[in-house]
Amino acid sequence: MSDNAIELRRLTRYFSGRAVIRDLDFVVPTGRVTALLGLNGAGKTTTIRILMGLLAPTRGQAITLGEPAMNLPIETRARIGYAVEGHFLYPSMRVQQCRDFQRSGHASWDDRLFNDIVQHFAIDPSARVATLSRGQRAGVSLALVLAPNPDLLVLDDPALGLDPVSRRALNETLIEFAGSGGRTVLLSSHLLDDVERIADRVAVMVGGRLKVDASMDEFRSRVSAFVVRADSFDPARIAAVPGLVEARRWGDRMTLTLADRDSESDAALARLGAEEIEPVDLNFSDAVLSYLTRERADGSFFSTPLAANHAD
Amino acid sequence: MFRIQIVTGGKSPIYRQVVDQVRSGIAAGKLTVGDPLPSVRGLAAELVVNPNTIAKAYSILVSEGAVESHQGRGFFVAEQRNIYTKAERLRRLEEALRPAIAEALSLGFDEQELLAQTSKHFHRLTKA
Repeated sequence: MSDNAIELRRLTRYFSGRAVIRDLDFVVPTGRVTALLGLNGAGKTTTIRILMGLLAPTRGQAITLGEPAMNLPIETRARIGYAVEGHFLYPSMRVQQCRDFQRSGHASWDDRLFNDIVQHFAIDPSARVATLSRGQRAGVSLALVLAPNPDLLVLDDPALGLDPVSRRALNETLIEFAGSGGRTVLLSSHLLDDVERIADRVAVMVGGRLKVDASMDEFRSRVSAFVVRADSFDPARIAAVPGLVEARRWGDRMTLTLADRDSESDAALARLGAEEIEPVDLNFSDAVLSYLTRERADGSFFSTPLAANHAD
Repeated sequence: MFRIQIVTGGKSPIYRQVVDQVRSGIAAGKLTVGDPLPSVRGLAAELVVNPNTIAKAYSILVSEGAVESHQGRGFFVAEQRNIYTKAERLRRLEEALRPAIAEALSLGFDEQELLAQTSKHFHRLTKA
């Protein structure tokens, strides 16, 4: 099997004159769990639809399991389990009918796995989909995509709107799947704590571009933060700090988040003329949030916490 | 009973939390030589974390000599007792001392008084 389950090369997609993804170079390595993060509208679903061959890119190339995504042979498609956002199922069908319907379209099918997952989510197989909770619907849709034993699992925001118990059942099912040898998972998510648990790699999309593509440990070690105390801050000098991701001000303090900090960043920090500069511990969620906050602020480095407006 | 618990959203990555807890389990005598560790997949399932994270933690413990891997049988606590490097022992000591010294300063003790108290407690603990 190839080293990469998915390869996207300079992928670009426009919708009515607006680029939703821009020059995306992104690789999903085989046998790993990769989490795709980003705000709503960052281009995650568009990326997933292109790599599944459901949408043509405006420019660039998408290779999924070694085949061009727009021309996936049926045998290759059968090796991919794909769950769309929202866990859509026909409301009038019973869970068993969903199973029979899906099974009839697949050459390989593991009935025991299907039953195990349905049971794990505490679902009655004879229940109608319309009577299921959102978490149970997630369980059915997960069982439907996993029962054919796919090599590649692509999940578009599977945890959206799930209660904590279903979320844990989802995580447990994904870990079981990922731990059973050489299988690849790509999932998009907003739940950073869950991503920290289950992912090997993290990719962050901001405004249609890929801003982070690293292993979890690499990501943590490459992002660092400092608290700077000063009477006044010169925005131009702060924006000039190499590697700056976000600058967040609290009164006379500012938290600066930096990526790939080096001696030049240190020199630029020293030039700020601050009274004090102190490194702060950054957790995984903080690091991701720094990237996402910047997008919310229209690309500006500066974000203002709510309370700071009243501070001075 | 020895149990590993992890938190997400902390400053310490999950693999590091697992490494630290196995080490302190050994240091505190909750784990003794020859005790088996849970399997990689078993612990991953129990903690609901990626199996590669557990595998990474175990390989660090093996490389430090705290744990041995027995082909096909799993991971066991190793003979070697001194599991921390000198630098790591110093780091841990500092981590424990700093808040105690800060507390002593805020309570108005001077260096001599603090040292006297420290050696009093040191002797009390090592005598027993």
